Amino acid sequence: MIIASKKPIEEIIQEVKDYKRLLILGCNECVTVCEAGGKKEVEVLASALRMHFIKAGKEKKIDERTLERQCDHEYLEEIRDVIDQYDAVLSLACGVGVQFTAEKYHSTPLLPGVNTCFLGANEQRGLWTERCQACGSCVLARTGGICPISRCAKRVMNGPCGGSGRGKCEINKELDCAWQLIIDRLRDLGRLDDYEIVAPIKDWSTERAGGPRKVVREDVQV
Amino acid sequence: MSLRTLDELKASGELRTSSKLEKIFKMGHLAVTSECGPPRGSDPKAVTEKAEMIKNHVDAINTTDNQTAVTRMSSLAACIHLKQMGLEPVLQMVTRDRNRIALQSDILGAASFNINNMLCLSGDHQSFGDCKQGQNVHDLDSMQLIQTVRRMRDEGKFLGGDDIKRPPDIFVGAAANPFADPFEIRVPRLAKKIACGAEFIQTQCIYNLDKFEEWMRRVRERGLHEKVFIMAGMTPMKSAGMAKYMKNRVPGMDVPDEVIARLSGVPKEKQAQEGIDMCVEAIQRLKEVEGISGFHIMAIEWEEKVPEIVERSGLYPRPQI
Repeated sequence: MIIASKKPIEEIIQEVKDYKRLLILGCNECVTVCEAGGKKEVEVLASALRMHFIKAGKEKKIDERTLERQCDHEYLEEIRDVIDQYDAVLSLACGVGVQFTAEKYHSTPLLPGVNTCFLGANEQRGLWTERCQACGSCVLARTGGICPISRCAKRVMNGPCGGSGRGKCEINKELDCAWQLIIDRLRDLGRLDDYEIVAPIKDWSTERAGGPRKVVREDVQV
Repeated sequence: MSLRTLDELKASGELRTSSKLEKIFKMGHLAVTSECGPPRGSDPKAVTEKAEMIKNHVDAINTTDNQTAVTRMSSLAACIHLKQMGLEPVLQMVTRDRNRIALQSDILGAASFNINNMLCLSGDHQSFGDCKQGQNVHDLDSMQLIQTVRRMRDEGKFLGGDDIKRPPDIFVGAAANPFADPFEIRVPRLAKKIACGAEFIQTQCIYNLDKFEEWMRRVRERGLHEKVFIMAGMTPMKSAGMAKYMKNRVPGMDVPDEVIARLSGVPKEKQAQEGIDMCVEAIQRLKEVEGISGFHIMAIEWEEKVPEIVERSGLYPRPQI
């Protein structure tokens, strides 16, 4: 899923301070699961902002709403009848949701309330870690199911680099060396000989380098 | 390998490039290289003065490419200064900062100055340097960079497939760290670099001689020492403090406690000399190891000591070519 983290409240206050009527818009998908932008976080943020502006002697209308998804036309339509009541929307969705909402409601300022971080998994309570950089051309079949692009600090396709020590990465002693993980897994799979297969020069045109991407599926289009 | 004259070597048809370093190896000499770290400024004297100190005692001089990810004068520019002094440079190139367009372009640029040696590296992560907030590129990795230069040289082709007019004439090297983990793939990793086209290897600084010799034993077991020229990397310790720093802070470095203990066992003002002695002893020991083709002496900001190390190690005078 898409992992996001809350923006510092000071930054949010700075962004919203000039708007009198504010809608805080949560999303019930990824940001709910990673506890950055769901219904609960909308409530907590709304209360904090109300308190701040009351203390500061500023009158503001701050409403709350959480949609099933902000990356879907259907759910975004649900706020069409109320959108004009607000001077701005503070979206707690990922960057996709913020932009999709902005595209739909062209004349309403849209502000992000979270930082969108990466595609990752929930390793343990309160800990999310990166697993994928959406390069558009998956190599996991060749790397023991562990991604060197998202998990190696140098995205080395033929690793490990010389900085791998005691299973950890040179940039951070708490970070696993992706290539140590790959080698461990190849060994467990009885495929350690595959280590010597040279990974070819990667075609990065399916990644960010190739410009904004799209997936077209004519078979499911209506 | 028994010694051959240059004429014999030329007649053998084994030379692939115009590199002097290649000739030294293939004539059967133990080669000696050292390095000049380019300065954090534009004064060429910082390169040429270091080179003056070592030029008579080494066969070729590496110029590092923004080492430890700290911004410096470019390695290519430093190589050109060396070339203008009539010396033999080894262009270090990391994949951290340039994409495949820039890498190929710089390879051609180097070749246009008849720079005949290159060392392909991935480079330290930018978080170690002065631009922690910068991007890293890693469009290619170090192995793919080796493949790229070899393709440019041997096939006369760009990565995109087009022909190169006057292909680069470059002898291709790579690094090996026998001490990084996991140890079991350190020899397979060397095999992979050779398969990609590496012709010579400069290793990480060696302090754990036993572990290095074990690595070399495994290298010989696979016959890799006959496919690539391995240069043992040597860096003299200036003090016990430096040894401790390298042990604890420098990624991929293996400094045994005995090394620190020996340096700590002499008074501070004598530790530098002790470090030089240890370096000379290590070279003398490793000279006897089958499969070692030379020494890469990285006396970091201590270039004036290179002549003493080379002479006392019995590696002087250098062959004249």
